[in-house]
Amino acid sequence: MSTRRLLVLGLLVSALVAGVLSYYASGRPDGLTHVAQSLGFAGTARGSVTSGSPLADYSVAGVDDARLSGGVAGLVGVAVTGLLMAGLVLLLRRRRPRSED
Amino acid sequence: MHVPDGFLDAPTSVGTAVVAAGVVAACLVRSARHELTDRSAPLAGLVAVFVFAAQMVTFPVGAGTSGHLLGGVLAAVLVGPATATLCLTVVVTVQAFLFADGGVSALGTNVLLMGVVAVWVGYGAFRVALALLPRRLASVSVAAGVGALVSVPVAALAFVGLYAVGGAAPIPLASLAAVMTGWHVVIGIGEAAITVLAVTSVVAARPDLVHGAQGRLPALELRTPEPVR
Repeated sequence: MSTRRLLVLGLLVSALVAGVLSYYASGRPDGLTHVAQSLGFAGTARGSVTSGSPLADYSVAGVDDARLSGGVAGLVGVAVTGLLMAGLVLLLRRRRPRSED
Repeated sequence: MHVPDGFLDAPTSVGTAVVAAGVVAACLVRSARHELTDRSAPLAGLVAVFVFAAQMVTFPVGAGTSGHLLGGVLAAVLVGPATATLCLTVVVTVQAFLFADGGVSALGTNVLLMGVVAVWVGYGAFRVALALLPRRLASVSVAAGVGALVSVPVAALAFVGLYAVGGAAPIPLASLAAVMTGWHVVIGIGEAAITVLAVTSVVAARPDLVHGAQGRLPALELRTPEPVR
Protein backbone atom coordinates (compact mmCIF):
# COMPACT_ATOMS: atom_id res chain seq x y z
CA MET A 1 0.00 0.00 0.00
CA SER A 2 1.40 3.40 -0.91
CA THR A 3 1.94 5.96 1.84
CA ARG A 4 -0.61 8.24 0.18
CA ARG A 5 -3.23 5.50 0.13
CA LEU A 6 -2.55 4.66 3.79
CA LEU A 7 -2.85 8.33 4.69
CA VAL A 8 -6.14 8.83 2.83
CA LEU A 9 -7.58 5.63 4.31
CA GLY A 10 -6.45 6.57 7.83
CA LEU A 11 -7.88 10.07 7.57
CA LEU A 12 -11.16 8.64 6.28
CA VAL A 13 -11.38 6.23 9.21
CA SER A 14 -10.55 9.05 11.67
CA ALA A 15 -13.17 11.34 10.12
CA LEU A 16 -15.79 8.58 10.38
CA VAL A 17 -14.86 7.89 14.00
CA ALA A 18 -14.92 11.57 15.02
CA GLY A 19 -17.82 12.59 12.79
CA VAL A 20 -20.20 9.63 13.05
CA LEU A 21 -19.14 7.00 15.60
CA SER A 22 -18.61 9.64 18.31
CA TYR A 23 -22.41 10.06 18.48
CA TYR A 24 -22.60 6.60 20.02
CA ALA A 25 -20.02 7.39 22.72
CA SER A 26 -21.00 6.51 26.27
CA GLY A 27 -22.52 9.45 28.10
CA ARG A 28 -21.40 8.15 31.47
CA PRO A 29 -18.72 10.02 33.44
CA ASP A 30 -15.22 8.82 32.61
CA GLY A 31 -13.06 6.87 35.05
CA LEU A 32 -11.51 9.88 36.77
CA THR A 33 -14.80 11.80 37.02
CA HIS A 34 -16.55 8.70 38.38
CA VAL A 35 -13.86 8.21 41.02
CA ALA A 36 -14.02 11.90 41.95
CA GLN A 37 -17.79 11.63 42.35
CA SER A 38 -17.69 8.45 44.42
CA LEU A 39 -14.92 9.76 46.71
CA GLY A 40 -16.57 13.16 46.97
CA PHE A 41 -14.02 15.52 45.44
CA ALA A 42 -15.76 16.12 42.10
CA GLY A 43 -17.00 19.44 43.50
CA THR A 44 -13.46 20.84 43.56
CA ALA A 45 -13.45 20.91 39.74
CA ARG A 46 -13.83 24.38 38.25
CA GLY A 47 -15.36 25.05 34.87
CA SER A 48 -12.75 25.54 32.16
CA VAL A 49 -11.95 29.11 31.07
CA THR A 50 -12.57 27.85 27.55
CA SER A 51 -16.11 26.62 28.38
CA GLY A 52 -17.41 29.56 26.33
CA SER A 53 -15.75 28.14 23.24
CA PRO A 54 -18.22 27.60 20.37
CA LEU A 55 -17.06 23.98 20.35
CA ALA A 56 -17.13 23.38 24.12
CA ASP A 57 -17.95 19.81 25.13
CA TYR A 58 -17.67 18.57 21.55
CA SER A 59 -20.79 20.30 20.28
CA VAL A 60 -21.26 23.28 18.01
CA ALA A 61 -22.94 26.22 19.75
CA GLY A 62 -26.33 26.98 18.23
CA VAL A 63 -26.74 23.63 16.47
CA ASP A 64 -29.54 21.72 18.15
CA ASP A 65 -29.31 18.42 16.34
CA ALA A 66 -26.97 16.37 18.56
CA ARG A 67 -25.77 14.14 15.73
CA LEU A 68 -24.87 17.07 13.50
CA SER A 69 -23.46 19.20 16.32
CA GLY A 70 -21.16 16.49 17.67
CA GLY A 71 -20.21 15.31 14.20
CA VAL A 72 -19.17 18.75 12.98
CA ALA A 73 -17.26 19.42 16.22
CA GLY A 74 -15.43 16.11 15.74
CA LEU A 75 -14.54 16.93 12.13
CA VAL A 76 -13.26 20.39 13.12
CA GLY A 77 -11.15 18.75 15.83
CA VAL A 78 -9.75 16.25 13.33
CA ALA A 79 -8.85 19.08 10.93
CA VAL A 80 -7.25 21.30 13.58
CA THR A 81 -5.29 18.41 15.13
CA GLY A 82 -4.11 17.29 11.71
CA LEU A 83 -3.01 20.76 10.64
CA LEU A 84 -1.18 21.44 13.90
CA MET A 85 0.66 18.10 13.87
CA ALA A 86 1.49 18.38 10.17
CA GLY A 87 2.87 21.89 10.76
CA LEU A 88 4.97 20.65 13.67
CA VAL A 89 6.32 17.71 11.67
CA LEU A 90 7.21 19.98 8.73
CA LEU A 91 9.00 22.34 11.09
CA LEU A 92 10.98 19.51 12.66
CA ARG A 93 11.85 18.00 9.28
CA ARG A 94 13.08 21.33 7.95
CA ARG A 95 15.47 21.87 10.85
CA ARG A 96 17.79 19.08 9.86
CA PRO A 97 19.52 18.02 6.65
CA ARG A 98 17.71 15.45 4.55
CA SER A 99 18.27 11.97 5.87
CA GLU A 100 19.51 9.11 3.76
CA ASP A 101 16.01 7.77 3.16
CA MET B 1 -8.60 10.82 32.30
CA HIS B 2 -8.68 14.54 31.51
CA VAL B 3 -7.99 16.42 34.74
CA PRO B 4 -10.16 19.55 35.10
CA ASP B 5 -9.05 22.82 36.68
CA GLY B 6 -9.24 22.73 40.46
CA PHE B 7 -8.40 19.09 41.24
CA LEU B 8 -4.76 20.00 41.91
CA ASP B 9 -3.55 23.17 43.64
CA ALA B 10 -1.73 25.95 41.77
CA PRO B 11 1.87 25.06 42.78
CA THR B 12 1.39 21.44 41.68
CA SER B 13 -0.16 22.55 38.39
CA VAL B 14 2.75 24.91 37.75
CA GLY B 15 5.16 22.11 38.64
CA THR B 16 3.56 19.63 36.22
CA ALA B 17 3.53 22.32 33.51
CA VAL B 18 7.26 22.96 33.95
CA VAL B 19 8.12 19.25 33.89
CA ALA B 20 5.81 18.64 30.91
CA ALA B 21 7.35 21.57 29.00
CA GLY B 22 10.84 20.21 29.66
CA VAL B 23 9.95 16.72 28.44
CA VAL B 24 8.16 18.07 25.36
CA ALA B 25 11.21 20.18 24.49
CA ALA B 26 13.46 17.13 24.80
CA CYS B 27 11.01 15.12 22.67
CA LEU B 28 11.06 17.79 19.93
CA VAL B 29 14.82 17.28 19.64
CA ARG B 30 14.69 13.49 19.91
CA SER B 31 11.82 13.17 17.47
CA ALA B 32 13.58 15.29 14.85
CA ARG B 33 16.95 13.56 15.27
CA HIS B 34 16.00 9.93 15.77
CA GLU B 35 12.39 9.21 14.87
CA LEU B 36 10.93 11.31 12.09
CA THR B 37 12.08 10.36 8.62
CA ASP B 38 10.79 11.65 5.30
CA ARG B 39 9.03 8.33 4.87
CA SER B 40 7.42 8.07 8.30
CA ALA B 41 6.55 11.76 8.85
CA PRO B 42 3.04 11.54 7.31
CA LEU B 43 2.18 8.73 9.74
CA ALA B 44 2.90 11.06 12.68
CA GLY B 45 0.19 13.46 11.50
CA LEU B 46 -2.22 10.61 10.94
CA VAL B 47 -1.57 9.16 14.40
CA ALA B 48 -2.39 12.48 16.12
CA VAL B 49 -5.62 12.74 14.13
CA PHE B 50 -6.65 9.17 14.89
CA VAL B 51 -5.91 9.52 18.61
CA PHE B 52 -8.04 12.68 18.75
CA ALA B 53 -10.91 10.93 16.94
CA ALA B 54 -10.70 7.75 18.99
CA GLN B 55 -10.61 9.66 22.29
CA MET B 56 -14.06 11.04 21.46
CA VAL B 57 -15.57 7.58 21.52
CA THR B 58 -15.92 6.81 25.22
CA PHE B 59 -16.91 3.22 25.88
CA PRO B 60 -18.98 2.06 28.87
CA VAL B 61 -17.03 0.31 31.62
CA GLY B 62 -18.89 -1.54 34.35
CA ALA B 63 -21.74 0.27 36.06
CA GLY B 64 -21.92 4.02 35.82
CA THR B 65 -18.58 4.88 34.30
CA SER B 66 -16.79 4.98 30.96
CA GLY B 67 -13.32 5.09 29.53
CA HIS B 68 -11.65 6.20 26.34
CA LEU B 69 -8.46 5.48 24.49
CA LEU B 70 -5.41 7.37 25.70
CA GLY B 71 -3.48 6.34 22.60
CA GLY B 72 -0.02 6.79 24.10
CA VAL B 73 1.27 3.31 23.30
CA LEU B 74 -0.58 3.18 19.98
CA ALA B 75 1.29 6.32 18.96
CA ALA B 76 4.63 5.26 20.46
CA VAL B 77 4.66 1.89 18.68
CA LEU B 78 3.68 3.41 15.34
CA VAL B 79 5.85 6.56 15.26
CA GLY B 80 8.25 6.32 18.24
CA PRO B 81 7.84 7.48 21.84
CA ALA B 82 9.20 11.03 21.46
CA THR B 83 6.94 11.69 18.49
CA ALA B 84 4.09 10.09 20.45
CA THR B 85 4.60 12.61 23.25
CA LEU B 86 4.31 15.37 20.62
CA CYS B 87 1.14 13.80 19.16
CA LEU B 88 -0.54 13.54 22.56
CA THR B 89 0.54 17.08 23.46
CA VAL B 90 -1.13 18.42 20.31
CA VAL B 91 -4.29 16.37 20.99
CA VAL B 92 -4.59 17.38 24.66
CA THR B 93 -3.92 21.04 23.81
CA VAL B 94 -6.61 21.10 21.10
CA GLN B 95 -9.03 19.44 23.54
CA ALA B 96 -8.33 21.96 26.30
CA PHE B 97 -8.58 25.12 24.17
CA LEU B 98 -11.20 24.22 21.58
CA PHE B 99 -13.42 21.74 23.39
CA ALA B 100 -13.03 22.71 27.08
CA ASP B 101 -12.04 19.08 27.75
CA GLY B 102 -9.40 19.11 30.49
CA GLY B 103 -8.57 22.36 32.27
CA VAL B 104 -6.24 24.96 30.79
CA SER B 105 -4.40 25.31 34.12
CA ALA B 106 -4.32 21.49 34.18
CA LEU B 107 -2.84 21.29 30.66
CA GLY B 108 0.64 20.49 32.01
CA THR B 109 -0.86 17.81 34.23
CA ASN B 110 -2.75 16.23 31.34
CA VAL B 111 0.28 16.33 29.03
CA LEU B 112 2.33 14.75 31.79
CA LEU B 113 -0.19 11.96 32.51
CA MET B 114 -1.29 11.08 28.97
CA GLY B 115 1.59 12.34 26.84
CA VAL B 116 4.54 11.43 29.04
CA VAL B 117 3.71 8.78 31.68
CA ALA B 118 1.31 6.72 29.54
CA VAL B 119 3.57 7.01 26.49
CA TRP B 120 6.97 6.25 28.05
CA VAL B 121 6.01 3.70 30.71
CA GLY B 122 3.69 1.99 28.23
CA TYR B 123 6.42 2.01 25.57
CA GLY B 124 8.85 0.51 28.11
CA ALA B 125 6.38 -2.29 28.79
CA PHE B 126 6.01 -2.76 25.01
CA ARG B 127 9.78 -3.11 24.66
CA VAL B 128 10.01 -5.66 27.49
CA ALA B 129 7.11 -7.68 26.08
CA LEU B 130 8.61 -7.55 22.58
CA ALA B 131 11.94 -8.85 23.86
CA LEU B 132 10.21 -11.80 25.53
CA LEU B 133 8.00 -12.72 22.56
CA PRO B 134 9.09 -14.74 19.50
CA ARG B 135 10.90 -12.70 16.85
CA ARG B 136 7.92 -12.44 14.56
CA LEU B 137 6.16 -9.45 13.08
CA ALA B 138 2.91 -10.50 14.80
CA SER B 139 4.62 -10.07 18.18
CA VAL B 140 4.64 -6.31 17.62
CA SER B 141 0.83 -6.17 17.93
CA VAL B 142 0.75 -8.41 20.99
CA ALA B 143 3.47 -6.40 22.74
CA ALA B 144 1.63 -3.17 21.84
CA GLY B 145 -1.45 -4.58 23.57
CA VAL B 146 0.59 -5.36 26.69
CA GLY B 147 2.05 -1.85 26.72
CA ALA B 148 -1.39 -0.31 26.25
CA LEU B 149 -2.88 -2.39 29.06
CA VAL B 150 -0.09 -1.26 31.41
CA SER B 151 -0.18 2.40 30.37
CA VAL B 152 -3.68 3.23 31.60
CA PRO B 153 -3.47 2.15 35.28
CA VAL B 154 0.06 3.59 35.46
CA ALA B 155 -1.22 6.98 34.27
CA ALA B 156 -4.06 6.71 36.81
CA LEU B 157 -1.53 5.98 39.57
CA ALA B 158 0.56 8.94 38.44
CA PHE B 159 -2.54 11.10 38.99
CA VAL B 160 -2.83 9.66 42.51
CA GLY B 161 0.83 10.58 43.08
CA LEU B 162 0.14 14.16 41.98
CA TYR B 163 -2.96 14.23 44.14
CA ALA B 164 -0.82 13.19 47.11
CA VAL B 165 1.37 16.23 46.44
CA GLY B 166 -1.26 18.84 45.72
CA GLY B 167 -4.80 17.48 45.80
CA ALA B 168 -7.54 20.01 46.52
CA ALA B 169 -9.47 17.83 48.98
CA PRO B 170 -8.28 15.60 51.85
CA ILE B 171 -9.05 12.20 50.32
CA PRO B 172 -7.59 9.01 51.81
CA LEU B 173 -4.87 8.21 49.29
CA ALA B 174 -5.03 4.44 49.72
CA SER B 175 -8.68 4.32 48.67
CA LEU B 176 -8.05 6.82 45.86
CA ALA B 177 -5.22 4.61 44.57
CA ALA B 178 -7.38 1.50 44.88
CA VAL B 179 -10.42 2.79 42.97
CA MET B 180 -8.34 4.62 40.35
CA THR B 181 -6.32 1.46 39.65
CA GLY B 182 -9.41 -0.77 39.68
CA TRP B 183 -11.36 1.20 37.10
CA HIS B 184 -8.35 1.97 34.93
CA VAL B 185 -7.25 -1.66 34.67
CA VAL B 186 -10.67 -2.33 33.12
CA ILE B 187 -10.34 0.72 30.86
CA GLY B 188 -6.87 -0.58 29.97
CA ILE B 189 -8.45 -3.67 28.41
CA GLY B 190 -10.34 -1.41 25.99
CA GLU B 191 -7.12 0.53 25.40
CA ALA B 192 -5.32 -2.71 24.56
CA ALA B 193 -8.07 -3.86 22.17
CA ILE B 194 -8.07 -0.59 20.17
CA THR B 195 -4.27 -0.44 20.18
CA VAL B 196 -3.90 -4.02 18.89
CA LEU B 197 -6.46 -3.32 16.16
CA ALA B 198 -4.76 -0.12 15.00
CA VAL B 199 -1.19 -1.44 15.18
CA THR B 200 -2.14 -4.67 13.42
CA SER B 201 -3.80 -2.69 10.62
CA VAL B 202 -0.77 -0.49 9.98
CA VAL B 203 1.66 -3.42 10.32
CA ALA B 204 -0.39 -5.33 7.74
CA ALA B 205 -0.39 -2.40 5.32
CA ARG B 206 3.09 -0.93 5.78
CA PRO B 207 5.31 -2.72 8.33
CA ASP B 208 8.29 -0.67 7.10
CA LEU B 209 6.74 2.52 8.51
CA VAL B 210 6.10 1.11 12.00
CA HIS B 211 8.67 2.33 14.52
CA GLY B 212 8.14 -0.60 16.89
CA ALA B 213 8.59 -3.13 14.08
CA GLN B 214 12.12 -2.04 13.25
CA GLY B 215 14.33 -5.10 13.17
CA ARG B 216 11.30 -7.38 12.82
CA LEU B 217 10.78 -7.09 9.11
CA PRO B 218 11.25 -10.11 6.84
CA ALA B 219 14.96 -10.52 6.19
CA LEU B 220 14.56 -10.12 2.45
CA GLU B 221 13.21 -6.60 2.84
CA LEU B 222 15.99 -5.63 5.19
CA ARG B 223 18.96 -6.74 3.09
CA THR B 224 19.10 -4.70 -0.03
CA PRO B 225 22.74 -4.67 -1.12
CA GLU B 226 24.34 -1.44 -2.28
CA PRO B 227 24.73 -1.38 -6.06
CA VAL B 228 28.37 -1.93 -7.14
CA ARG B 229 29.81 1.16 -8.72
